[in-house]
Amino acid sequence: MDGQQMRTNASHWPDEQGRFGQFGGKYVPEILMPVIEEVEAAYRATLDDKDFQKELDDFHREYTGRPNPLTFADRLTVELGGPKIYMKREDLNHTGAHKINNVIGQLLLAKRMGKKRIIAETGAGQHGVATATFAAKLNLECHVYMGEEDIRRQRLNVFRMRLMGANVIPVSSGSKTLKDAINEAIRDWVTNVETTFYCIGSVVGPHPYPMMVRDFQAIIGREAKAQHLALEGRLPDAILACVGGGSNAMGMFFDFIDDKDVKIYGVEAGGRSGDIGDHAATLTYGSPGVLHGMMTTLLQTNDGQISDVHSVSAGLDYPGVGPEHAYLSETGRVHYTSATDAQAMEGISLLSRTEGIIPALETAHAVYYLKELAPKMSKDESLIICLSGRGDKDMETVAALMEKEINS
Amino acid sequence: MTRLRSYLDSKRQGGDKIVSIYLTAGYPTPDCTPRLLDSIVKGGADLIELGVPFSDPMADGPTIQESSQKALDAGITLQGTLDIASDFTKRHDIPLLLMGYCNPFQRFGWEKLAKASAEAGAQGFIVPDLPPEESAGVQAAVDAEGLSLTYLVSPNTPAERVKIVNEKSTGFIYAVSLTGVTGARESLPEATVAFLKRLRSQTDHPVLVGFGISNPTTAKEMSEFGDGVIIGSALIKRISESPDVDAACKNVEEFVRSVKEAV
Repeated sequence: MDGQQMRTNASHWPDEQGRFGQFGGKYVPEILMPVIEEVEAAYRATLDDKDFQKELDDFHREYTGRPNPLTFADRLTVELGGPKIYMKREDLNHTGAHKINNVIGQLLLAKRMGKKRIIAETGAGQHGVATATFAAKLNLECHVYMGEEDIRRQRLNVFRMRLMGANVIPVSSGSKTLKDAINEAIRDWVTNVETTFYCIGSVVGPHPYPMMVRDFQAIIGREAKAQHLALEGRLPDAILACVGGGSNAMGMFFDFIDDKDVKIYGVEAGGRSGDIGDHAATLTYGSPGVLHGMMTTLLQTNDGQISDVHSVSAGLDYPGVGPEHAYLSETGRVHYTSATDAQAMEGISLLSRTEGIIPALETAHAVYYLKELAPKMSKDESLIICLSGRGDKDMETVAALMEKEINS
Repeated sequence: MTRLRSYLDSKRQGGDKIVSIYLTAGYPTPDCTPRLLDSIVKGGADLIELGVPFSDPMADGPTIQESSQKALDAGITLQGTLDIASDFTKRHDIPLLLMGYCNPFQRFGWEKLAKASAEAGAQGFIVPDLPPEESAGVQAAVDAEGLSLTYLVSPNTPAERVKIVNEKSTGFIYAVSLTGVTGARESLPEATVAFLKRLRSQTDHPVLVGFGISNPTTAKEMSEFGDGVIIGSALIKRISESPDVDAACKNVEEFVRSVKEAV
């Protein structure tokens, strides 16, 4: 993929200040300003750099196993009785999720910038695992911040990271989840600013991160579009993905933003209920604010404190969302909705039973939404769901929840 | 010229080094704050930075993270902090600034906040996550009330960015002594002195040095290269280590006095 192709949707770039409408920007301590400017300059230089693009492409193909397939979900299609359902198989990537797409890009950039110390945050552990994985491959020092609550929920991923030589640092501040891991990673960054590259795992943070992570993830939508065109001879009628910070969704959506006939759906974590503290459905219930270096939509109190959030899936357990999603929600280009914990569990069962694919808990939120969306579409239509990750990591959680249900 | 600047200039002309003290509003409880502020004044502080707690203080180390969380748990709000400020400025002449992160301020609304702060007698704001790139609207709201918005400069800030800060500053420049988060340190890196000397040559604004200053010795050392020092975490630690509020007030007063006498 060369630089020119990467910029096909130039109209959607954030402006010079890193703004998507009112959202985005660089709300960081002065210490970080020179650093994020350095990252942006280095990133922009790679866009026209054929060697960099080739290296990126080679790793995607030979290490991750891209392009991954667009699988026709024939049994699920029949079960739901609506449009033809295609699945973009990010779950088949090396490390089992879309996260590796972004990590390869950022770590190759870090290497170019001469930064040998990598830090990352992780929620479900998928971004941490992807970072540990590729840091091992590139022989870079890797430190992953992870909330204590998430460490408890995702023990296997912690083990995987450590096996690959990463230092997993438990975070005990705040709610002990993803947002606190990001706070702690930022504190590390301001302290070790000269040596360290912060590999952010989603389309969040100060500019240029939301743009850069989106661009590295946009390979999902580009491939899916080409594959769908080859199979159906036209564009899909709808696409959908789950949204936490929103990187798999932004990657899936980006190449379709200008295709006005393609309806786009983002599915957030509805948690236990619509009460504040019980969910992580930022775009459904949130309001504008500033967190982690960006202006975006946040779940917050009337006094501007960040709310506690809840989701059965650690990867969606975040009180903010990428600024470009906040913008796409405001403009109405993307329709954001939510699925509850219980509905996500239904989603897991549904896809496992019909297609023999166990999706990640995060992905399962989008799978569930198919049940609501499919009946509203005709059999002549088609849609693509982004299967952002596989569910192996969640089996302990899911088993515990399902057994509880069976026993109660 | 802002009131804050006139005050700092008169101090400078008198050859007096400024001791600015940060206190988290509402820590350990909201009703303690006025008493602790009184003790800080008694100890000889020249400037008060009243911290507005935020749930996610990304530029703060463990000490202020904890004081912020405890204050929030004890029920402090931004309005409550403004009330404390209002009470303080009625009783004391030394300037008080509000220090906190963007989100609570923005949620309150900058224009409304600038007005309410001016009414409460506060003289400005320090917002660590609001660099010049994002401050245009805020600056206008603050200027309209004759208040100051303080910008931070750190050891890695290039000359062209110092220039931007120079143009925008109306009170003083907050020199961050090291690359890192807030928190008391035994000593500061050698590079700090070189940074402060460089900054002195780049600006005519008053320069107050903060982050990591924990004792009278470091305070004296740092104040030689600027117009004064800012202390936060070291003071909060003394409060947290005190058995009760009376002891905390006494310890705070003694500590501030030891710093003021040293510089």
